[in-house]
Amino acid sequence: MQIDVSQFVQAFLEESFEGLDLMERELLSEDLLGSADHERINAIFRAAHSIKGSAGTFGFAAVGEFTHGVETLLDQIRAGSRPLNEEVRALLLEAVDRIREMLVAARDGSEHDANAAAQTQAAIAELLAAAPADEAAAAEPAPSAASAPAPAAPAGESRWRIDFRPHAELVTTGNDPLRIFQYLGDLGALEVQCDTVALPPLAELNPEHCYLRWTLELRGAGLAEARVREAFEWVADTCDLEITCLDAPPADAAAPASAGEQRAADAAPAEAHGERRRRGLADRRADASSIRVAVDKVDNLVNLVGELVISQAMLSTIAQAEPDEFDAVRVERLRQGLAQLERNTRELQEAVLSVRMMPISFVFSRFPRLVRDLAATLGKKVELVVEGEDTELDRGVIEKLVDPLTHIVRNAVDHGIEPPELRAGKGKREAGTLRLKAAHQGGNIVIEVSDDGAGLDRERILRKAAERGMSVPENASDRDVWQLICTPGFSTAERITDISGRGVGMDVVKRNIESINGRLDIDSTPGAGTRMTIRLPLTLAILDGMSVRVGDEIFILPLTAILESLQPTRDQLHTISGRGRVLRLRGEYLPLVRLSDVFNLPARHERPEDGIIVVVESAQDRAALAVDELIAQHQVVIKSLERNYRRVPGISGATIMGDGRVALILDVDMLTRIH
Amino acid sequence: MARILAVDDSASLRQMVCFTLKQAGHEVFEAADGVEALDFARTSATDLVISDVNMPKMDGITLVRELRGLPEYKFTPILLLTTESGEDKKQAGKAAGATGWLVKPFDPDTLLATIKRVLG
Repeated sequence: MQIDVSQFVQAFLEESFEGLDLMERELLSEDLLGSADHERINAIFRAAHSIKGSAGTFGFAAVGEFTHGVETLLDQIRAGSRPLNEEVRALLLEAVDRIREMLVAARDGSEHDANAAAQTQAAIAELLAAAPADEAAAAEPAPSAASAPAPAAPAGESRWRIDFRPHAELVTTGNDPLRIFQYLGDLGALEVQCDTVALPPLAELNPEHCYLRWTLELRGAGLAEARVREAFEWVADTCDLEITCLDAPPADAAAPASAGEQRAADAAPAEAHGERRRRGLADRRADASSIRVAVDKVDNLVNLVGELVISQAMLSTIAQAEPDEFDAVRVERLRQGLAQLERNTRELQEAVLSVRMMPISFVFSRFPRLVRDLAATLGKKVELVVEGEDTELDRGVIEKLVDPLTHIVRNAVDHGIEPPELRAGKGKREAGTLRLKAAHQGGNIVIEVSDDGAGLDRERILRKAAERGMSVPENASDRDVWQLICTPGFSTAERITDISGRGVGMDVVKRNIESINGRLDIDSTPGAGTRMTIRLPLTLAILDGMSVRVGDEIFILPLTAILESLQPTRDQLHTISGRGRVLRLRGEYLPLVRLSDVFNLPARHERPEDGIIVVVESAQDRAALAVDELIAQHQVVIKSLERNYRRVPGISGATIMGDGRVALILDVDMLTRIH
Repeated sequence: MARILAVDDSASLRQMVCFTLKQAGHEVFEAADGVEALDFARTSATDLVISDVNMPKMDGITLVRELRGLPEYKFTPILLLTTESGEDKKQAGKAAGATGWLVKPFDPDTLLATIKRVLG
């Protein structure tokens, strides 16, 4: 039968990547070294074992070969014959990287760095060859007969006599002599003779024992002894077996050929000259086109749809009444039905959104490794504390969070936490603490990255800002000063290190976060540390918005962009040459943007002071938007304008209001740049 | 057609085994570890059990021992999936009462050929 195993490759890769993540996570756990935590080592071993066992089956022989050494090493650690020290841990982590590279290359059809893989494999082999030598030798398997190609068959017919005397308990292992004979019968012509001499009288007979013996004669073309013996492979230790050749052709001796050679060929690195490529943590990003959803989430959806159908049926029944039958009772039932429908809809909405949700551990899980490697490179000591890694958020948000969060974490280790001697001098613990925390707060997700390092240096930031020619208000608040580091082109690092300061600065981080409707807040205390707080909406599909009226049109402003709204007095409004109309607010001049002008609509109020001003803030700037009226605050479902119509400057999307009208969602970023 | 219980913590391997067996016309039940398999076995008899050795919660060897303690599974063929380096596992499996083994990596044809040896 033809079975195509390639259909299972996707599942194999997914579970292997998960296994590698688990290995890495467990290997990095602080208390692993020296501990006798058997379950942990077992879990690591099982992950390696699974990858090795499946790799060959799904056509990744090189991966299986490579993982074999890793498995042997882990098996020794598991058995207690090899201590797990820092050196072994580092090697195992390296091996995890290599396996991941091989699998990524297999997935993407690219080439992995075969040299690096060969080096790591050699290092593992070297370690295994060293003490404890006897263990290593024992664990290294002899080429197995089962996986070797069948020996070349000798020509001519051979005849074998088989004396088969099962022990009484042979059948208790589920083996059955009759099935063995059937198997032999497939190999050639079989004659069977049963010997009942050992059969006891019925009264003494144990029905679970085997008392019979057999003498068999098997004749087949080119039948080698190994083939015959194979039939008894599983019962070898529960029977006495004698196999004699009755008239074998002489050429049998050369039969067990080439098993060793075959193995050597498999072991050769598949691609000796892979282009050296830097592959980072990004490799771990799962394929975005498919998602794995817990079964209970799907069950819940099915349930809710069931409820929805019931509500709909109930409403239909009510609606079948004649118009004159709509009395108070019926109307009340209609109301109840609608209330139920509303609840169903809301629950269904939440459930559907939860399908796209995944735990933030997806991002957090990469940091233990990152922080460890980074700290080692920089000669720093860092303890990573992770909280709330089960917090769920939208898949799309998570994917866009990876880069900014990585950057912030790198920054914290590179610039935040001081070298151990410096910390000791300040009376701090030598090891700095880096805390990653995620939590729900209202309809938002709040992610905090905090360190107990040096904190931001206000004077240096101000000096740098002055050098860059940035305008900073007198007596600017700390908060405003910290935000300066998110300005394009700003970098306070005194030297360009390998880790940060490669041109991608905090401005990009901030922009990335804002692109997913998030906000970045910075808190810092000199000498005590820095805390970066990212606030994000739960999902990208729904937005908390404020609806505003301009003429007859309704627009939606994202709530996260709104700082305040006010009714301006005439003396707050000025015209400044070169900057146009501005609003003066607590000593600051904000450009006045009249939405009626931007979208060419007739405003209800000719003068801005008759309407309302909404002060908004984008990544770059603030602006005062003049509108006619604030209407209400609601959650709106974002519809793409580009997909349904085309891109319109100043508009980021559209939504459908309760009355069926379309309202456009304003692009605050664009509006603040318009002046 | 036989009723076969396939036990493996690796979903991909389990899928492959199940798919292959189903294609061959068998009825297949799945379990992700020994505990799940044993729970199933307590209420249903099968004609064959194919189990991985290294699994969380309950490994394959313990599973074999437990299954042999159930009246319905006293003589049921049980095959263990081992790797070529698992000589000691083969012996431990035999001692626990396993019928035979299937060496990983294997392909669907090997799987079908092997189960033929115990299903008769």
